[in-house]
Formats: sequence, C-alpha cells, structure tokens
Amino acid sequence: MSEKLTRESLDALRAKLTAANKADAEGGKQYLLVCGGTACDSNGGQALYAQLKQAAEYAKANVSIVRTGCMGFCERGPIVKVLPSDTFYVDVKPEDAAAIVNEHIVGGKPVARLLYDKSQAEAGHEGQDIDFYAKQQRIVLRHCGVIDPEKIEDYIAHDGYLGLEKALFEMTPEGIIQEVLDSGLRGRGGAGFPTGKKWQFSAAVQADQKYIVCNADEGDPGAYMDRSTLEGDPHAILEAMMIAGRATGATKGFIYIRAEYPLAIKRLQIAIAQAREAGLLGCGNILGSDFTFDIELRFGAGAFVCGEETALLASIEGKRGQPTPRPPFPAVKGLWGKPTVINNVETLANIAVIITKGAKWFSSIGTATSKGTKVFALTGKVKNSGLIEVPMGITLREIIFDIGGGIPNGRKFKAAQTGGPSGGMIPPEFLDMPIDYESLAKIGSIVGSGGLIVMDDTDCIVDVAKFYLEFTVDESCGKCMPCRIGGRALLNTLTRISEGKGELADIQKMRDICSAMNRASLCGLGQTASNPVSAMLRYFEDEVLAHIRDRRCPAGKCKKLVQYRINPDKCVGCTMCSRVCPAGAISGKVKEKHSIDQTKCVKCGQCYNTCKLKAIEIA
Amino acid sequence: MEQDSAKLTPELRAFIEEWKPKPGNLIMVLHRVQQTYGYMPREVVLELADLLDTPLAKIYGVITFYNFFKLKKPGRNLIQVCLGTACYLKGGDDIMLALEKELGVGVNTVTPDGEFSTEAVRCLGCCGLAPVIVINGEVFGKVTSKTLPGILDKFRTK
Repeated sequence: MSEKLTRESLDALRAKLTAANKADAEGGKQYLLVCGGTACDSNGGQALYAQLKQAAEYAKANVSIVRTGCMGFCERGPIVKVLPSDTFYVDVKPEDAAAIVNEHIVGGKPVARLLYDKSQAEAGHEGQDIDFYAKQQRIVLRHCGVIDPEKIEDYIAHDGYLGLEKALFEMTPEGIIQEVLDSGLRGRGGAGFPTGKKWQFSAAVQADQKYIVCNADEGDPGAYMDRSTLEGDPHAILEAMMIAGRATGATKGFIYIRAEYPLAIKRLQIAIAQAREAGLLGCGNILGSDFTFDIELRFGAGAFVCGEETALLASIEGKRGQPTPRPPFPAVKGLWGKPTVINNVETLANIAVIITKGAKWFSSIGTATSKGTKVFALTGKVKNSGLIEVPMGITLREIIFDIGGGIPNGRKFKAAQTGGPSGGMIPPEFLDMPIDYESLAKIGSIVGSGGLIVMDDTDCIVDVAKFYLEFTVDESCGKCMPCRIGGRALLNTLTRISEGKGELADIQKMRDICSAMNRASLCGLGQTASNPVSAMLRYFEDEVLAHIRDRRCPAGKCKKLVQYRINPDKCVGCTMCSRVCPAGAISGKVKEKHSIDQTKCVKCGQCYNTCKLKAIEIA
Repeated sequence: MEQDSAKLTPELRAFIEEWKPKPGNLIMVLHRVQQTYGYMPREVVLELADLLDTPLAKIYGVITFYNFFKLKKPGRNLIQVCLGTACYLKGGDDIMLALEKELGVGVNTVTPDGEFSTEAVRCLGCCGLAPVIVINGEVFGKVTSKTLPGILDKFRTK
C-alpha cells in the first residue's frame, strides 16, 4: 500500500479483498492453513510450510498456503487445516507435504493417516467436531489460525480496522468509553478491573500528553496466551490501542513486550511498519479524521515484577522495575508523570470486536459479573495441552476432561493451578464450580493471566508450592519487607518440610506469614505470592502433615523423604546397585539378595536408576 | 583477555546516537549491546556511561536488576533449560541434572572448552512440548535424558 488510506479507500479495499476471496472460493480454490505459532514452528512447522509450498507449485494446484498464528492444539502440532473442507491434520511432518497436496488438494481424498480422528476419514467435515474445539468460543483468538499475521490485507479483509472506523467517525470518545463500560469487559491481566473505568479515569484528566501502554510482559511461567495472540493477530492490538487513544485523548502508545518472545516482536514490527505505510499510524489525520497516534515497542528484560503497572512504567522509563505506591494511579499520573492507561494484550484483543459488534452482544457471553471469554494455556498433566478460549462460567471439569481429554497414563486428577505463582491450587471438590473472577477468589485462587496447570497424583503439593515460592523469591524486587523477607521465610520452611525436618508449629507460622505478606506488601506480586501456600494449607493439610509427622511424601516426589527398598522377590544378586551406591549403604553377596541400610542411604536414587530388573522400589 | 578487546561497533554507535534523545532509552540500548556481544562487556558499559551521560552505577543497577542481561560471556552454544511450571512438572529439573552430568559443569558456567553453557529460563511458551530446551534459539521439545546426548552432539564442533 503506497498511499495513505482514508475511510472511503479503506472501505473500498476491504470490499475488493472480500470480493476477491469470494471469487477464489467460487473458483474452487482451497486453503492450506499451517500453524505458525512458536510451538508448531519449532517442531518442524517451518520446514513443513516450505515443503507444502514446493509441492503445491510442482503440482500446479489451485491452493493458497497460509502461515497462520497459533491454532491452539499444541500437543499434536504441527497442525494443518484444509479449507473449505475443514479437514484437520495433526502431527504433520515435513515429509507429509507431498501427500497432503497430491492426495487431498489435487486428488480430493483426505490423507487418513494424518487425521485427528482416523475413523472419520470418510466424513471429511471434522474441524469443529473434534472435542478439543467443541466447547471453545473464539473471540480474542478470532483471527489466530485463520489469517496470515504478516499481511495487513488479510486483517482488513476480516473486518480489520472496522472498529477504528466506527470509533473515529460514528462515536464520541465518551460514547466509546460507555460502550466498553456497558460490555462489562474486565482486565485480563489478573486483577479484573473494569476496563471502561480505567479509560474513564484517564479521559477525565486534563494533560498535554497521555499514553496508552499495552502490557505484553507475560511472565507467569506456564502461560503463553498473550504471545500467541500477538503472534497470530498483531493488528488487532494496534487497532485496540488506537481506539483506546481516541477514547482517552492519548496520542502515543507503547507495547512493553518480553524480549524472550522474538517471533511476537518480529510480527509486531511488521504490523507497525505496515500500518504506518498505510497511514493508520505515525501520522496525523488518520483515515481522514483529526486523530493522531503512534506506537513504539519497548522490550522487557526478564523481570516478573514488571507485570505490575507501576514497575512496568519504571521499566519503560529505563529504570529498575520497582513498583511505587498507588495512588496516584497510572491512569492519572503514569509514564513520565502523564495519564497512562495500561491494558493487557488479551483485554485489548476484545476491544475492536466490542466496538463493531456492540456491548450488548459481548455482555450476553459469560456470567453475571464476568463477561466474555477467557483464554487459558492448558498445560501440565493433561492429554491435550494447548491454548484454549472458553466462555466465562465454564467449569474446570469441562476444561480438563472435555477439552483437555483428561489425565494421561490413567492417573488421578489431584489439583489445578490458575493464576500461576499468584494463584492457588484448586482441589477436585471444586471441579464443577463455574469459573469467573468472584468464584475463583472465593476459593483462594484467581483467574490470573490464564495459566492453567493440571497436576496428577504423582505431583507433590509441597513441592509445587516450593517451586512457586522459589520463583517469587527470585523475582521479588526487594523493595518492601513483607515480600522480601516473608517469601524467603516461607521458602525456607517449605524446604525444611520437604526434607523431613518440618515441625507441627510450622503450619501456624506459615499461616501468619501468608497473612502478613498478603496485607502488608506494596504491590500485587507480594500480596499474592503467598497464595500457593495458603491454598496448600487450606486444601491439602493432610499431605503437609504426612511430610511433617510421618516424614513421608505420599506422591513420592520429595527425594529426601523417599525410602528405597529392594524387593527380595525380584533381586537376583547382580551387585550392580551396591557397586554404584556412593554411600556403601547396600550390602549383599553375589547371587544373594541385597538390602539397603536406611541409616546410611543418602537417597541419591542411583541404585534405582541402575537396576535393570526394577527390584528397587520407592516406598 | 577477550573481555578487554570488545569495542563499540559502528552499528552500535549509530544505534546509541539514534536513541540518545529518546527518554527511557537505557534498556533498549542494553538489549542492543547484549545482542551484539552476547553479554555486557565491562569496556562497552564504561563507554556507554560516557555516551549516554549516565552514571555507571545506574547502568549496572539496571543490568543486575533484570535476569535477561548477562555479565559473563556465555559458551559458544547457549543451552536454555525451561523451568516453567509445565516443564518442571514434566521433569525439567531432571533434564537440568542430566545436562550437568553430560557437560560436567553446573548452571551458569561455561565448559572448559568454551563449547557450552547452560542457563535456566522461566517459560518459553512451548508448554505443549514440555520439557523443552533451547540451544542457540533452536527449540527441542519432549526432551528426555536419553535423547539429550544426541541433541548436544549436533552442536559440538567436529
């Protein structure tokens, strides 16, 4: 696009692109959508894309091969989807490219061995029927896996920048804010603050300069919703930031993104350059209106605390990312002292569609207090891990068992963790509770940014709590005392318990520390860092007591509490174990049953790993 | 010493000039330094303090605050082991131990031949492939202690 777009020329372009797509479809053109998310990409997806292109060219097939954003079904990647037949191929290898092109695209017969459900080979129509997608509703991820994120034309053809048009020419700034307020959209970064209210606060302040900041510093370990959204639909974020700028009177935006996300950065850079070239960014009179806006990227540098608003702003200003007390809230006094609205990626991804489809439509989805959908990164001990988007109010059971396919290897569900290090473990008794902001808060967890980690009965709750505390202790900025010292004290206690040196008094001590951290810490990190421990004490006290009283780890995970024993029925006296034992704890002669002296055993596990007959058992 | 020979490249100097007038430039400049050298050579940081007219203590304050910035030169091949929650639950810590055994050095240390160094990272966002390691930007999923030596061999200088 060489010339600056106006509203009229953008509409004309959209109409032209839509007509061209329609003509292609009528002409029998097929589409091969190849997932280009990080997981599929790194699993052979890049080579697969190249091979498909080559095969299609060779076969002179009437097919368009599109590299899209994440399709979500990461467990079975790389994924290839064929349209219009809606055929869904999983675990596709680069060497399968020729088969897909020759047998399916040219020959018209699906490649049965690559189908998700091979029994449906004849049916052909199965894209939406597979269990993983049946209960999902994609609003935030509406373009992920559908469009080519590196082409602005693809975005425009799918109603892209239509929301911006409406916001600029048919609505007043107050009207935009009212629409967002009415939609009931709440911040998806964790705290769940109403987005419209945030905008309202900033709009009410008089200032010569205001800012919009997109928080793309997704630091929660085990969560990648924002990255996938940015990789799959970068223009949606730019459009939303512009709409937010129009509503609040801001003319400048920053996207604060993790440096660990190179692909997302690259696609954002491409999108910004394309939008600038089209006259949608970086100039005055955008689309012929009186609106001016520009967006720049700023890289994070691996500090979890920078997900906190005030710390994030300090980092954009080039300083150490330490939080400051609120108020003043950033919406009033933020970046370089100017009013700044900070919205999370997923929050912003909802904006354009709320403007085009209206608040009424959006608020019809979800529960009474939590509207719309939520994207979760479903991972851990679940069969179908991947990226999912579900309406608020869905139950954990539906997510884990219907979408996720249940727990692998026939193990038992033990707990699910939402909200990452700021959330709590949810025990099986709440599997049927509808998920929304209020219900999760009531049981001691949070919706959080969207990590959803499933644990089975081989995972030890003490060990998991310790894992999260190690993380928050490492990431605590050290500015305020409750977080800096409280976190360390909790971690030390958990470590002692996991080594069998816990005392009964530790339980009350941990409860006191949790409460102090929760009430006295300066920022969200410290206030929520104790949540995993609180949840552990609330729902899994028996397991903690087993560690303290019986010096036993029921899950067999805490190494120091594990006892190795030799099963005399299986031992043939090969002496392998006694030879590798570094402590000389194993005695026994050749061809005689061996035994382990528990007082000498250092629990290194070497014998367990060495024994070929599986005669060494964990008790 | 290699550290002393690191000098500002012309590209880096141009980048700094471009960013100098922008407020909040320090972190973006530091990213560029690390991209160029793989770590933060002291010589370069000293020169940076001059060029940006920023106290050295402030620059080091920022470098040491953020996990991403490295003060030590990494090995020729940088191995990143994901210890995000999903990878941890699926045995990421065992991969860490296996690597230590395989390379003979622990985390954040360069092997004596300068070939490898290992670091732990928090979530690379490929949780569906857990446990994951990344070597020089190339992602390897569903790694086990058995497949690990084969992966490392691909990167060893012949």
